This record gives sequence, C-alpha cells and structure tokens, in this order.
Amino acid sequence: MSDMSTQSPLGQAVRRKEDYRFLTGGGRYTDDIRLDNQAYAYFLRSPHAHARIKGYGLEAAKQSPGVLGILTGADIKAAGIGGLPCGWLITDVNGQPMKEPPHPVLAIDKVRYVGDHVALVVADTLAQAKAAAALIEVDYDVLPAVVKGPDALKPGAPQVHDDAAPNNTSYVWQIGDKAAADAAIAKAHHVTRLEFDNNRLVPNAIEPRAAVAHYDRANDQYTLYVSNQNPHVERLLMTAFVLGLPEHKVRVIAPDVGGGFGSKIYLYAEETAMVFFSKQIGRPIKWTCERTEEFLSVAHGRDHHSVAELAMDKEGNFLALRVKTNANLGAYLSTFGSCVPTILYATLLAGQYKTPAIHAEVTAVFTNTAPVDAYRGAGRPEATYLVERIVETAARDMKMDPTEIRRRNFITQFPYQTPVALQYDTGNYAASLDKCLKMADVEGYPARKQASEAKGMKRGIGYSCYIEACGIAPSRVAGALGARAGLFEVGQIRVHPTGKISVFTGTHSHGQGHETTFAQVVSDRLGVPMADIEVVHGDTDRIPFGMGTYGSRSLAVGGTAIVKATEKIVAKGKKIAAHLMEAAESDIEFKDGKFAVAGTDKSLPFAQVALTAYVPHNYPLETLEPGLDETAFFDPANFTFPAGCYVCEVEIDPETGHTRIDRFTAVDDFGNVVNPMIVEGQVHGGIAQGIGQALLEACIYDKESGQLLTASFMDYAMPHASDLPTFQVGTTCTPCTVNPLGVKGCGEAGAIGSPPAVINAITDALGVRDIAMPATPLRVWETLQANQ
Amino acid sequence: MTQFNYHSPANSGDAARLFKTSGDPKYVAGGQSLLPTIRLGLADPSDLIDLHGIADLSSIKASGNLVSIGAMSTHADVAESAEVQRAIPALAYLAGHIGDRQVRNRGTIGGSLANSDPAACYPAGVLGLGATINTDRRKIAADDYFQGLFTTALEPGELITSVDFPVPEKAAYVKLRNPASHFPLVGVFVAKTAGGVRVAVTGAGACAFRVKAMEDALNAGFSADALKGIKVDPSELNRDLHATPAYRAQLINVLARRAVAAA
Repeated sequence: MSDMSTQSPLGQAVRRKEDYRFLTGGGRYTDDIRLDNQAYAYFLRSPHAHARIKGYGLEAAKQSPGVLGILTGADIKAAGIGGLPCGWLITDVNGQPMKEPPHPVLAIDKVRYVGDHVALVVADTLAQAKAAAALIEVDYDVLPAVVKGPDALKPGAPQVHDDAAPNNTSYVWQIGDKAAADAAIAKAHHVTRLEFDNNRLVPNAIEPRAAVAHYDRANDQYTLYVSNQNPHVERLLMTAFVLGLPEHKVRVIAPDVGGGFGSKIYLYAEETAMVFFSKQIGRPIKWTCERTEEFLSVAHGRDHHSVAELAMDKEGNFLALRVKTNANLGAYLSTFGSCVPTILYATLLAGQYKTPAIHAEVTAVFTNTAPVDAYRGAGRPEATYLVERIVETAARDMKMDPTEIRRRNFITQFPYQTPVALQYDTGNYAASLDKCLKMADVEGYPARKQASEAKGMKRGIGYSCYIEACGIAPSRVAGALGARAGLFEVGQIRVHPTGKISVFTGTHSHGQGHETTFAQVVSDRLGVPMADIEVVHGDTDRIPFGMGTYGSRSLAVGGTAIVKATEKIVAKGKKIAAHLMEAAESDIEFKDGKFAVAGTDKSLPFAQVALTAYVPHNYPLETLEPGLDETAFFDPANFTFPAGCYVCEVEIDPETGHTRIDRFTAVDDFGNVVNPMIVEGQVHGGIAQGIGQALLEACIYDKESGQLLTASFMDYAMPHASDLPTFQVGTTCTPCTVNPLGVKGCGEAGAIGSPPAVINAITDALGVRDIAMPATPLRVWETLQANQ
Repeated sequence: MTQFNYHSPANSGDAARLFKTSGDPKYVAGGQSLLPTIRLGLADPSDLIDLHGIADLSSIKASGNLVSIGAMSTHADVAESAEVQRAIPALAYLAGHIGDRQVRNRGTIGGSLANSDPAACYPAGVLGLGATINTDRRKIAADDYFQGLFTTALEPGELITSVDFPVPEKAAYVKLRNPASHFPLVGVFVAKTAGGVRVAVTGAGACAFRVKAMEDALNAGFSADALKGIKVDPSELNRDLHATPAYRAQLINVLARRAVAAA
C-alpha cells in the first residue's frame, strides 16, 4: 500500500473499506438504533383485499396495558393530512393528466389490499402494541377484489378507487409512431407475435424496512432514522407534500441499510405516520417490519401483461415493433409507480436494434394488491425481456441463427436517436456479443448438447443483448417527461487542515460499496491515499442535498458531482500554491498530489496547501477566502447506456422438470470501471436476481379473496447459491460521453439482462414457443406433458 | 410472543411429571418447528419442557443388525455418525440433507417424528426402513406410527426416547426440493430389508406412506425398470402452489426408480 500515493487506485480491485464493519458485526442498521425511552409501533393491517370501513371499536385497545396512543385513518382525515405523493406525472393519450386517487397515510373509509394500513398502535413494548392491536375492532363491509391487471379492465370488475379512477385506469399512455408501426406490420414479410406476463416480484432486501421517529420538543426538531435509499427525497416528500412540516426542522438519517433494490426509494405510510405521531406521543417510536409484513406491504416489482409484434423483411431486418402492455400499479400510485411502466420501460423498446418504427401503448391499472414500483432495473427488465424474447423467437420463426439476426439489426452508428425518445451516446454491441460467445464457448455447445441427450437430459442455449438507460437523469429531459423532481446529484469535498478528506455524497450506499469506489475516485483526483478519505452519506444534516441511489446513477451522477468538487478544490489549491510559491496561478500544475510550478522543481504537497487554507498567515486574504471545502451539483446532459450480452445454457431433467443452469456468461459494457471487483459483485447479484425471476420467484395473489398466497420464504422462492452456477463475467468498454469519468453504471444490468437469456434457453431446450416465468419444475414438466 | 413457563428436567420421568401437571404443555426438542409456530401465534403453550437436559437421549449405537439413535440426536449428529454412515449410509445421507446447516445443528430426530410434518424427510426413512419408535411407555412400529396430517400414534405426554433402525441390505433416499422452502416436494426412501422391499414416500400425502404396488414389483425383481408404469393414485396426493397431485404422482415414480438405482 506504500505506493498508493503515486499509483492511482482507479481501475484497481481495491477491497471494500466498509466490509470490515459489516463482516465483524459493526454495521449500524435502523433496528440497532436505541433511543432513550423509546416506544414501539405496530401497524394493524387489513385482512381483506377490498372492504369499506364502517367503523372502529378502539376502547378496549386504548385501555390495554402499555398503550400510549392509537392513530387511524379517521385521525389522519381529521388532521387534514394529505396523501402520499406520486413523483412523476404521466399525461395520457388524450393529453389528460393521469388519475391520481388519494393515497392516504392510513386507510380512510376503505382498505384496498391485504396489508393496507388501518391503524398505528404505539405502546411501551412491541408485545403490548401487538396485544392492543388485536383488540381493535374494525367493522368491514367486504367487497369483491381484483388482483390481475387485465382483469381490472373487464366489465363489472370491482372498482378499486370508484369514481377517482374509472375502469381502474390511471392512464393509457403511448410513445412512438403508431401509423408507421401499423403500416410496416401490415406489409411485412413476417410478423412474430408473443403474449406474456412479466411476473410480479417481491424485492425482499435482507433488512426489512424499519424506522425510528423522534420529536425533540426543546428544539422543535424531528429526527427520522429510516432504512431508505434517498434521505433527502424522503424528507422533501414527507415535509412538503404530506405533513406540511418545515423541511429544515426534520432530519432524516438512513444509516447502514441492508439492501434496497428500489424498494426503499419510496416514501411509505409507516414512517410518515410515525413522524406525525411522534410529536403527540412525546417519545421516540420504533418500528421494524417483520418478514411476512414486508411481503404484504413493501412495494412490489414488475407485473406486466404484454402483447408484442415484431415485423421483419425476408432477410430478417426489423421493420417495426408494436407493443401493448397492461401494467398493474397495485392499489395506489407509489412514489415512482407511474414512470416505471412508461418512461423507464417503453423508451427502452428499441433495445440494441435499429428498428425504424416502434409504437407502445401502456394501460396502467389499479388492483387490490400491494403498490408496484421500481425494483432493480425498473421498467428496463420488462423492456429487455420483451425485446429479447421476441427477437429470439423471431430468429426461430425465420430459421436464422439468434446471434445473426441480432448482429444484422444492431445499431452501429452513434450517437443514435431511437424512435422512442432516447439518444444512445455510444456503444459497441457486436464487441460484447463476440466476447461473450467466446467466453461462453458457444462453439462447444453442440458437443455438450449431445452429452446431455445421451443421459436423457434436454439442453438449451439462450441469448440476451440488453440495453438500459442509467445515470438517472438529466433533469430537463425528466422534467419534460413529467418528473416532479430534479435528478442531479451533489458532492462535497471537505479538506481538513491536516489534508485528510471527508467526502459528502447525496447518493446512498446500501450494498454498492460507495465508501470504497468514491474514495478511489477522490484519491485519483487529489492524489491523497485512500486511507485519508472518508465517504459520508445518508444524513440530511451532514449532506448538503442529494437525490439518492437508484437507476444505477450513483457513480455516473454522484461520482461526477464529487469530481466537479475536486476540480474546485484543485482550482483553489492552485491559487494558494501560486501565492506561497510566488508564481503565476497559470503556471501551477497539480499532479500526483503536488502543486508544482511548471518547468521548475518547486512544488508543495497537497496537505501543506490544505493547512495554509486553514492557517492563513501567509495567504491572499484580500482575494481568496480561507478554508478548503467545496460543493458541486451535477446534472448530466443525457442518460448513460450500459449494454451487454448474456448467454445462458440450461440442462433440464424431463422427468422432474427441474432446470439446472449449467453455464451463465455475462459481458457488459459499463464504460470505464473504477473497481472491477465491486462491479463483478454487482453483476453477480443482479444475475442472481434475474435468475430468481426466471426460475423461482412468483408473487401470487388469490384471484377470489385477494390474499397473498406467497407471503413467506416457505412459499416465495428466493434464489439460493445452490440454484446458481459459477458465473463467467467479462466487460468491454466504450467510455460514456456524458460524464468525465466515462462510467455508465452497473447496479441493475444483471437483473435486466438475465431473465430472457434463461427463458430463451429453456424454450430452446423444450422446443416450445414460450413458457411463463418463473419456469418452476412443475411448470416445465406440465409444458413437456402438454407438448408430447 | 406470549409468556410461558420454561422447564429443563434432568430425566424423562420428571419430564413426564411436568407434562402431567402443566396446563397446556409442549415438549421442545430442537424447536425448529415449534418455536416458529409460537412466534407466528399459531401455538400458545403454557409450559415449554426442554428435553436437552435429559441424559442419554442423544446417543447413537450400532450393534449387530440394529442402529439405535437417541431421540435428541440432531440431524447433524446422525449425518456425521461414522456408525450410521457405515451401517445405513442412506439414513446418514437423509439426515445430512434436511433443511440447512443451522436446522441440522438444532433439529432432532425425535422432534421431527413427534411433529410428523407431511413434508419432513425422517418419516420416509423411518417408514422405509421399518424402524421401531421407542417411547417412555412402549415400542411403536413405524407402520403403526404415522396416522395423518401432523398426527401420530403418540399419546399426550408420551416421549420418544430413541429409534431403532434395522440395517437393510441396501437402501437409498432421493428427493426433489420445493424451490422455496427446500422441504421435499416429494421424497422416496427405498430399502431392501430382511422382510422384503419397502418403499416410503414423504411430501406427497397427509403423512408418510408406503407404496405396496412398488414394493411387490421390487420384491419380484429389484430394478428400476420394475417400477415402470406403476403410478400412485393422484387423487390421494397433496396439491399446493408448487406441485399438483399429477406431478407428485410422476415424481413418486421417478424418484422411486432413482432410489432403486442408487441403492
């Protein structure tokens, strides 16, 4: 490590600084927070999918031992507290704003899904809060429920929001040129058509949601500890849109967070009710979600039903893609529920291909299920699944090699304006495909297939060439598309008098390793050893501002803000150095942690300049402020576009229907890579989740009762290590053009690219056109029976 | 979780006496099913009688043609026992593939059999090997022990002390796991014993059961091919999110053939 100061850590597989803390039990999660005199919260939840609340019987519960207070929807209504906001306005095909029915903090008059929040009970102990909740009598008038998106549109379907969203519809939205797509499809040589679901998933971060809310009467200050991915956004939404509290009097701290995957972006009812109630209770209130409660109440992911048609000419050139999607929003519009199945989905339908005409229509519907929002990939996995399934199926229809049909249609000229709003800045899709085919030993596949068949097994191979839009987002573009927030990021570099550095970032690390990656970037830019750099995140009182971590944006947007701040530090340092060395500022060069006068051997180490900034005895005070502490905001000019190629090989036991993933190879173009070990880890995790979606994970609501049938790990299958092979992972690189680091983002790619590769492999092995996800042993066996 | 009295008796006589004098007692062995059940509010015992303090409930002894396993032996104990591995490797394999490492380090053979979960692995081994369940009151033949969903021949307060397994000529256990819980969707234990071939199935019905048609076929000729076409009537089998009765019937046949081949 001694040469750290001269050799840049950029691009090195530096071990994660945070892992000592995590691996030795030193992490500090929300449930580890214990405040003096804290009380405990328990949420009484709806046992019904859809019911009118005719009244409450609260007396017995209020008299129950230890109870400090009970809050219901009636109290929320009486207090005039508004609903939870949706952060993105979608405008429908008729130019009308989406229907946004109220999303009350606690159910008012009606419950709309099993797990909907009915009452908050606070008591001295959790057991007392639970016991009291069991004494609450709620008089329900149970109504019929609807749980599937397409069913919500059927005549006579139960109406989740009655007149506030007729026909259960929030919006019908479209993108692209319908006339062009229709015309191309009408005269095409061949049209490949597929109709399928993208299965609903439950995120299941290992740390369930948790919160501690505290009101400090002496300072009229609220503090909320919450397991969350974007504390400033949480605070902004809660104070400005729901509770009407002064933003500067609310501190939100997201300490160590055990995974988010999108599910902890949102402002949830629980912490909002707790912050409100903490002032009345006068004691800190603590709540930690239990696992089944998490299944019921966390924002779910995916849940699309789509029809896709891909038109081709005789040579297999794509002419048009037409898509109709029904997106299940769940019972309420969650924070970003509206933009996931539109802006983050249909804009990616070009994939890696120069399809000239694309049209997509999305109907977003309410059902009696948990709200659906962004989950690792958020819209982009749904787009990739659709595109890569239909492209592979088109190749089979056209009797073409699936890699050949892709190659033929790849976009090769950049920048490329797609027919669905996005402009890709750079990429080299053939390079990733070529590398992946080689790493996957596709040449050896026929021999492996023969070997499998000799043992009575079926083997298949499947491809997926995905693209995603990351680095979310350019605020101007997002605003034009309906975003109700900016999407820049903030970085602050505080150089201490001794030359040590604190980096404050508005992004949040909940498994991504920012404390290491960002330190590598700063070490590279300022020539300061990694050990002298601390990355701070997750506290609205310590960080100037921030939009948080999601959409694989942290390094591309947040890292760039940090880079911009380092540039300000260097610029100021040059002024100080020029003064100290009696040289012209323009003659000062900053390199390897030293300010030097060009063409001389005169130089000053970074730490000495820092010390001078804080001990300004010999300092140009007339023209320069003391101190060395700079903040930068960065708002990118465009999204970034990570892309890659995944190849999956499966072996299926036809007698049991069990699918074993024999080989999985991933080649990603993430642009420049700061820490290849962390990137590889992100890809591994993403692929595991994608394979989970393809093979294992099914979130199932009972069609009649609306009960969640898969509300524990006994019935909801998460991927185990034993379900997965050793992944072969590689990268290619076309540096991103919209940020100085040339980085694109890597957090979601694995989950986006892998599901179609798996299903393409399974359908290849079985010789069938389609199989629904998850391809469980039962489903595979039944598919084989039906096709015998 | 509601409150309960905790007891740690030193011998089975004290355990039985505590059971008799408590309001709504439960014995707790490894606690791998009972404790989650209590936490979920599905059981609310007044007294928990912990069996860990009772001496001599966890020995494993092999003598002649019998392997005797103390009721408090953990799955890990059985899996790692050199004597079990030598005498009945299929039983060691079964124990070594129950749940996960944590479950195997806590869960016990006595607890598993007393609970008789329809998808537990041990019932297949006990029934398949024709074991004898020894209690503080009597000996119960495996064929008389499993009576229905979470229902056994045990009387209230009756305590399993050990299980005697006759050493078979050969045996094997094969299961396909439920992708979520990793309990068997179906598990089949096949043993060629002195008294003939036994085929026991778990995960498919209300409790473990034998398949006579398969046993007859294997008695006529012990080969996987002998089982071709022998299907269990699906109308008797479980249906859940993960498997239909028809699929379970298929798995019983497939896994039985594989067990025969592996035995």
